[in-house]
Amino acid sequence: MSPGLGVEFRGVGLAYGDRRVLHDIDLTVAPGERVCLIGPNGAGKSSLLRCLVGTADGRQGAVLLDGVPLEESSRESLARRMAVVPGQVQLPFATRVEEVVGLGRLPHEHPLLGPRPVDRIAVLRAMERVGVAHLAGRDARELSLGERQLVVLAMAVAQGGGLLILDEPTVHLDLRHQVEVMSLLADLNARDGTTVLAVLHDLPLAMQSFPRLVLLDHGRIVADGPPRDVITPERVRDVYGVDARFVPGIG
Amino acid sequence: MSTGLAPEVGSELVTARLRLGRWEMLRRRPLWLLTGGLVLLLCSLVAGIVLGNVPVAPDQTLAILAHRLLGWSGPVTWTPAAETIVMELRLPRILTAMAVGTGLALAGAVLQGLLRNPLADPYVLGTASGAALGAAIALLVPIQVAVLGLGLLHILAFTGALLAVWLVYRLSGGASAGSLTSVLLTGYAVGSLLAAGIALAMYLSGANLRQIFFYLLGSFATASWQQLLVGLPLVAAGSVLILTRARSLNALLLGEETALHLGLDVRRERGILLTLASLVTAASVALAGLIGFVGLVVPHVVRIAVGPNARAVLPLAAVFGASFLVLADLVARIPGEVPVGIITAVVGAPFFLSLLRRFRSGYEL
Repeated sequence: MSPGLGVEFRGVGLAYGDRRVLHDIDLTVAPGERVCLIGPNGAGKSSLLRCLVGTADGRQGAVLLDGVPLEESSRESLARRMAVVPGQVQLPFATRVEEVVGLGRLPHEHPLLGPRPVDRIAVLRAMERVGVAHLAGRDARELSLGERQLVVLAMAVAQGGGLLILDEPTVHLDLRHQVEVMSLLADLNARDGTTVLAVLHDLPLAMQSFPRLVLLDHGRIVADGPPRDVITPERVRDVYGVDARFVPGIG
Repeated sequence: MSTGLAPEVGSELVTARLRLGRWEMLRRRPLWLLTGGLVLLLCSLVAGIVLGNVPVAPDQTLAILAHRLLGWSGPVTWTPAAETIVMELRLPRILTAMAVGTGLALAGAVLQGLLRNPLADPYVLGTASGAALGAAIALLVPIQVAVLGLGLLHILAFTGALLAVWLVYRLSGGASAGSLTSVLLTGYAVGSLLAAGIALAMYLSGANLRQIFFYLLGSFATASWQQLLVGLPLVAAGSVLILTRARSLNALLLGEETALHLGLDVRRERGILLTLASLVTAASVALAGLIGFVGLVVPHVVRIAVGPNARAVLPLAAVFGASFLVLADLVARIPGEVPVGIITAVVGAPFFLSLLRRFRSGYEL
């Protein structure tokens, strides 16, 4: 992946019909940072990501990638710089894992001539890095949900770019794979300088794996900073309505 | 994953290079198939022009072709009737079958990929019913119009097909994102409505019933140079443009949202792909009526062989679709004139079923 890209949200708001899901969000993620958005269901985490990846209609405010408003770049140039790990994907046709991972190279390959050797090497390295190389020839539709999640992560790693965006990348993973994905993100961040912006529901996992957390509630940023400052028993009680003594790793 | 976390970049690259060999093998398979397909197409074309229910000796056929197409000036050893059969009947006929086979197979591959539905075929957006209604109306109207050597039937069939797609697209809000299911359902609804019109036309048609029926089953019996001269450029141009959009179809494999993340301008590409597929389908049905099965089955057979990569699927579907229809038409005219749509179904369905059975583990509809 290429050196990290910075992201800036300036006064970003979003409404679905009459329901406002984001209010005037200001958030800056510096190049090479690793940031996790947390918050209860409906807090606006995924909506905020949607404003960044371009799937939110009617967004207010500005989103800047490396200081340039998103609207000024073509979809293709955006795709070369930021990779999005999709949530659940469905395949209509039998597709081998290496073909799925290869889709990540589409923004880089020649529109008519197709992938070059450098693209294929990127695919193989991404599969090895995420640990799905042994699945390369399998039909992606026969894999378990967790394996599929790793495959689409490998696709995003193959896509490269200075910004990696993940929405709930660990929901279907067992404990070992959760930990391994988190170390992979740390490794991409440390070794390649990739900026990582993720949404996680698992508070203990987020606290252990990210140096900076951003807590959202009702479409606003409630707290922003190192895990120990953001996650306090009082905040967990206020935002999640749960007594933090019962949440392992927090109380 | 442990290799990735404690990486030795050198060894990683060595493994990558070793595995590249296997990739190359997989990549070469479509090339072999394409070569085989082109040979098959050539053989079908030769068979299609040499064989028929009026026997013309193969050497005479070749001499006629050499004489007329290459300007060869040998002695004329054939009858004028033989020359007419080869030049005015068989040659336009096999070329039409080739064009229609290419067009329908490509349109099917595009619509299956775009709508992400394995059951989609070129007619799924109402093209078939639109064309059929246009043709039925043309047969009911007692006037003869001819533009550029085309009959009213071809003009109305072509227009009807495009109008039907346009209607489906507008009614389903096809221009906005995330409405592919509604495109499919609207296509089905509009198709059913138009089918009622066709039924009415058939009921009112009296003596023309057989002609409408023949159109519904598809046939190359009326192929002529005039039709081909208008139809072929349309199908050819549409097909070439479809072949250049392989990357878009690949991006759409994981759905429109992922396609967007992979850098595709989804709305624009959807419009382009729908337009191209509809244009090619409309030209095909205007040339030959409603030939079923090619557009549904050929892309699937190709995918079973080489996987879903549109870069391989599209050219292979074009070549095998063309060969399939040229051969099916040959079978259709040997015993007299059987509508070719019957042949494509009779030959294609069992073949497809046997493939599905064999590849059940890796392929499901």
